[in-house]
Amino acid sequence: MARLVTALARRLGDFDLAEDIAQDALTVALERWPVEGIPREPFAWLLVTARRKGIDRLRRAERERSKLALLERTDVQDTTTHFPDERLALIFTCCHPALPREARIALTLRSVAGLTTAEIARAFVAPEATIAQRIVRAKRKIVDAAIPLRVPEPAELPERLAEVLAVLYLVFNEGYLASGGDRAERRDLAEEAEWLCGLVTRLLPDEPEALGLHALMRTQLARAQARFDERGGIVLLEHQDRARWDGTRVADARKVLERAARMGRPGRYQLQAAIALVHAEARSWEETDWPEILGLYDLLALLDPSPVVRLNRAIALAHVAGPATALAEVERLSPDLDRYPYLHATRAAFLRELGRADEARDADRRALDLTENPAERALLRSRIG
Amino acid sequence: MRYLFFITGDEDRWAAMPWAEAERGLGRVRAWEAEQRRAGTIVDGSELAPTASATTVRQVGERVVVMDGPFAETKEAIGGYYLVDVPDLDAAISLARSSPFLDLADIEIRPLVGTSRLEARAG
Repeated sequence: MARLVTALARRLGDFDLAEDIAQDALTVALERWPVEGIPREPFAWLLVTARRKGIDRLRRAERERSKLALLERTDVQDTTTHFPDERLALIFTCCHPALPREARIALTLRSVAGLTTAEIARAFVAPEATIAQRIVRAKRKIVDAAIPLRVPEPAELPERLAEVLAVLYLVFNEGYLASGGDRAERRDLAEEAEWLCGLVTRLLPDEPEALGLHALMRTQLARAQARFDERGGIVLLEHQDRARWDGTRVADARKVLERAARMGRPGRYQLQAAIALVHAEARSWEETDWPEILGLYDLLALLDPSPVVRLNRAIALAHVAGPATALAEVERLSPDLDRYPYLHATRAAFLRELGRADEARDADRRALDLTENPAERALLRSRIG
Repeated sequence: MRYLFFITGDEDRWAAMPWAEAERGLGRVRAWEAEQRRAGTIVDGSELAPTASATTVRQVGERVVVMDGPFAETKEAIGGYYLVDVPDLDAAISLARSSPFLDLADIEIRPLVGTSRLEARAG
């Protein structure tokens, strides 16, 4: 669906119309495919059908002469073969600096990654109506102000890269551990973000942060297989079967990060990748180099002193300085992260280590209230007992 | 696609500029404007007289009143405008960047309704 909308939006320069006719085409497909069988090239079939639906709609609207001409010129072959770069153009447009920052992320997730408004709302910890409104306003501005659908000129590219990377990272996280639905993990979305990030590093080979994010994504994906048991339950890093980690992918990520490091411009993604790699390269949980991880978090906190970074740092701190010190740090973050389930789950873990079982159970309950992911809910429930 | 550029800033600061500096600035503006008019990107435009010269007409209940001054009393004033004709917002942004105003003013870019090929939606 997202791919179809992207291809159509690229041609039309109109997200709303693209979504409408893509929807029309899917409706036709749902009626016909079960009867006539799935066509040999489903995407091309959808595109042709969408094009026909689009022409129908536009013919009904007399004032739409210019768009009609654009649609009639849409060439199926050309659209499918040039697809990857078209999606990149769409990403850069969705991340245009003339759009409000929150809207850029929401719009990219909606229009490029194809997430629903509800999924985006959960990723943002925001009401669904707010996200829907952001997207509608952003689309309206793209049309009203004529924000073009294309990859920026070389001179503008680096400036607009940071926003694109932030968006890709969010898409990756949404895919790596989806916040709702009955499948805990939506690997395809994470793989897609990784692929897009790889494309960005090929287009912008001298941007170390793009490489850093790519290395981070690869490292995370290398461990993806071991993160869930057969029944879909979460396996914590501590208990994961490290033989199931993809060593080739880890080694690959290390090479990408080294290439970034040689450029001498550290950044938050490179540091996060370095942290993930310390975990990925440890032969066992016991052999994890926690002082190294804490040191990397200290650097990261300098660049990005956000409460979420400090919460993750607190976990490393617990291993180096003990749970009491780490708990004190987490308590300081509580007001900022009260609606963040991982804060409460982390607090619970420290409290349990300190033998404060009742308080730990309360904290786990609070985390459960804030979590929608079924696998995470199951894990929390098993702790509460 | 047509856009209106509002050149906005602090009037007092503009007024306080030394004469020689103002002259130099004006020279740069004229050169830039002439170049853009030749290229067809600037369709029209002008510097505006200070807001002290503004008059506002407003309906209050049944009555129409004529008042001295701009419609809103703010520190920020519109010092001039340009009507530009460029393909899209990126082109409008580059044009604004190339202008000689940015050290003294902001440029607000407003699209004109009905001038984009993407404007109307299929009903």
